[in-house]
Amino acid sequence: MTGAPARPSLEITGLTLRIGASEILRGVDLRLAAGRIQGLAGESGSGKTMTGLAVLGLLPATARLGGSISYAGRELLSMAPRERNALRGTEIAMVFQDPSTSLHPMLSIGAQLTDHLRHHRRLDRAAARGRAEELLARVRIPDPAHALRRFPHQFSGGQRQRIAIAIALACSPKVLIADEPTTALDVTVQAGVLHLLRELATEMGLAVLLVTHDLGVMSAVADRVAVMRGGEVVEDGERAQVFTAPAHPYTASLLASLPGAAHGVQSLDDVRALREAARE
Amino acid sequence: MSTAELIRAGGIRARMRERIPRAWRTPLGITGAVVAALWLLVAALGPLLWPHDPLAQDLPRLQAPDGAHWFGTDELGRDVLSRVLAGARVTVPLALLLVGLSVLVGGLLGLAAGFFGRWVGETVMRLTDLVMAFPTVILAMVVAASLGASLVNAVLAALVVSWPAYARVTRGLVLGVREADYVLADRLLGFSAARSLRTDIVPMVSGPVLILASLDIGTATLLLSGLSFLGLGAKPPTAEWGSMVATAINHFDAWWMGLFPGLAILTVVMAFNFLGDALRDALDPRTAGVLTKAETR
Amino acid sequence: MSAPSAPPTPSSPGAERAGHPLLRYLVRRLGVSALLIIGVTLVTFVLTNLVPGDTVAANLGQRAAEDPAIVAAYRAHYGLDRPLPVQYLTYLDNLRRGDLGESQQTHRAVLTDLRSAVPATLEIAIGAIILSVLIGVGFGTVAAVRCGYLADSVLRLVSLVGISVPTFWLALVAYFVLSFQLDLAPGSGRLSPATTPPPDITGLYTLDSLLSGQWATYADAVAHLMLPTLVLTLYTVGLLTRFTRTAVLEVLDQDYVRSARAKGLPERTVLLRYVLRAALVPILTVVGLAFGTLLSGTVLVEQVFSWPGLGSYGYQAASHLDLPAVMGVGLFVGVIYLVINLVVDLLYGVIDPRVRVS
Repeated sequence: MTGAPARPSLEITGLTLRIGASEILRGVDLRLAAGRIQGLAGESGSGKTMTGLAVLGLLPATARLGGSISYAGRELLSMAPRERNALRGTEIAMVFQDPSTSLHPMLSIGAQLTDHLRHHRRLDRAAARGRAEELLARVRIPDPAHALRRFPHQFSGGQRQRIAIAIALACSPKVLIADEPTTALDVTVQAGVLHLLRELATEMGLAVLLVTHDLGVMSAVADRVAVMRGGEVVEDGERAQVFTAPAHPYTASLLASLPGAAHGVQSLDDVRALREAARE
Repeated sequence: MSTAELIRAGGIRARMRERIPRAWRTPLGITGAVVAALWLLVAALGPLLWPHDPLAQDLPRLQAPDGAHWFGTDELGRDVLSRVLAGARVTVPLALLLVGLSVLVGGLLGLAAGFFGRWVGETVMRLTDLVMAFPTVILAMVVAASLGASLVNAVLAALVVSWPAYARVTRGLVLGVREADYVLADRLLGFSAARSLRTDIVPMVSGPVLILASLDIGTATLLLSGLSFLGLGAKPPTAEWGSMVATAINHFDAWWMGLFPGLAILTVVMAFNFLGDALRDALDPRTAGVLTKAETR
Repeated sequence: MSAPSAPPTPSSPGAERAGHPLLRYLVRRLGVSALLIIGVTLVTFVLTNLVPGDTVAANLGQRAAEDPAIVAAYRAHYGLDRPLPVQYLTYLDNLRRGDLGESQQTHRAVLTDLRSAVPATLEIAIGAIILSVLIGVGFGTVAAVRCGYLADSVLRLVSLVGISVPTFWLALVAYFVLSFQLDLAPGSGRLSPATTPPPDITGLYTLDSLLSGQWATYADAVAHLMLPTLVLTLYTVGLLTRFTRTAVLEVLDQDYVRSARAKGLPERTVLLRYVLRAALVPILTVVGLAFGTLLSGTVLVEQVFSWPGLGSYGYQAASHLDLPAVMGVGLFVGVIYLVINLVVDLLYGVIDPRVRVS
């Protein structure tokens, strides 16, 4: 582990969110650092997905936000829509849960890889194609040149998610929000996608927010783990510490509910071993 | 509406009970309900409301609307207002009858096609394909002409072109519901086909079909009055709105002869369309308004 | 960048060249259509022979019908004395040779009658469908995007009224107000009484007059076109607006639209590229249906405007039980409709790649 983390790439402070009469987020604090994966765990309804959407600014028009989301010294919540849109895809990107619905079924993956690339970076067709092929190769899609002309339904679930990751990273953003990236995938394929995320984070100096309800996923790749409950962050610490010695009783109960917890979870390796066992 | 939405919209009876009152409260829903109710009243009360006998030809001919005759008189000396009011007794009940019959015939065939499948399903589907291979009015026109011009035959001809849509929708719904867990469970428990249909499938399917039917009353009215306009429905001297407009073509100056019957058709169709829309919106939140946009996941 | 290390995953069959699946799809659809056309001829034949009324009496007149010799000659001439299945097969055989029989009313070949009636209807139908699609899809998209706002409510109301108006009545009212009273539009028929029709190249007065350089005739033809076309358009616009709105609303809810926004694409691109493309499939279905209602509408509109098109011809044939003519019209309309549906199906294959494989 390196020394004290550098200045955070993205900082969320006291984020509140109301939609209609519901208070969805009640003051969320999180910090994302370059090259590190920040896990955000919690049950459904805890507000973790909303937090991710808030960073991208993809909440419905009726949403009322408070607090601060600061990126590179700029306040996102008070930004003009056009400026905010300029950041999407280029500086801050997102990967969604279900790749069979988050990719457009009727556009070739080449088109989906290059349209924002050409829009933001003003590349010509050939240059964009080249970059798209590079990206596909990086996420280990076989035969990238031909793959560009194919459509999402012609790929497996795991491949689609990797394509979605490639699309998200096309313009080399600094921050990546991954919302349940493996939940819709087969257990056997999940590890591959997670390790890809880990590699890319390190390689590209990406600050990653990994949102998931699956603690096992968290244990595999997260550097820090935050736990959310009822719209608030109740625990936030280094992975090893949270898994072995959780500070908050809620976190402890979550860990206890993992399959095999009765056998006693002593370390993260145990958690990982349990997941491997569950796959067979 | 897709099958999934239709199932979602129609299968939940409790939601229906709670939401339909809310639908009435929308301005369009209320207007539609009021106007439709008014016309039904006019049809029901019938002769009580007519200022003159709609068939009596004793008035001065082709008089423009005035104090005595609000809608003027026609070419045979009949009071147009009375005829318009009398027309409600023809068109409105027949349109409702047509929709009812289409739902019955189409629904039953669609149920059979979806539930029993195989050659029953195939036959019904090919039949619907054949009928739907023709534009509605043209086919209805041919059938009505073949059968001979009369109101009854017009309804029959309209039925022939209307049932396929219901058959297709019902079949689609049944296919969607047939494999549901609770249906399979009941079959395993020994439910006969008839019982399964009656208790498990029909309740789930009837909701969406009824919504479709309510949206269809307007179309049925237009079809029937169109056939009458072409002379293939009501025969003289019956007061029917479509045929009244047809007669008006030959008496162009007497604009009141064609205007009012047409307005009657327009208001009836609009009323039922408003109603149908309000009903559908109440049950399918996605296409409603901004109220439900906030209910995101 | 390291070379891919994982073994290549096989992609789904037929994915290599997009042309192939599309071609196979087309062939399949054509086959089904051919079967349907045979079905159409059967249906028209059966329907027209259901006639309880006696077609002979209807076309010969009362007195002639009482003379057995005349009746027998008539029946022999039209082949009505042979058993039904034979009549049907004879009809099919003639069809193969392009002979649609002779109209019992006009005593001309049905094909000739159709040849002059169809272009008249095409002129108003094509104009109406193009206008309707442009306006209807446009309105529907705006209503969906501005869902819940004033624009949406206004457009919904307008489209609701549009599908509630009886076409024949609207034609009458429009004709009365705009032509009769205000003199803004010309009278009935395809041309003014004083104008001679252009040389018959296609049968479309507009095209023919253009091709012959008769500008005045062209202007007159267009002027006469406008009212019937506009009347036909109203209902279809209402229909298309409603369905487009629903289709687009559904798509707007989809994840891939959110993904497009997450990429920072401008809203216009998201709308045109991501939303409309997906909504196009259900919209196309409705456009196909709309063409059907348009054809139906021509029957009504042509009556009011004395337009000598397919609708009028069909109506005359139906009300006089002119069997060959009715079959001709029924067949022609059925085929047109089938072609439209085929084109729509083809376009599905072009727009939605998933369809090609199924």
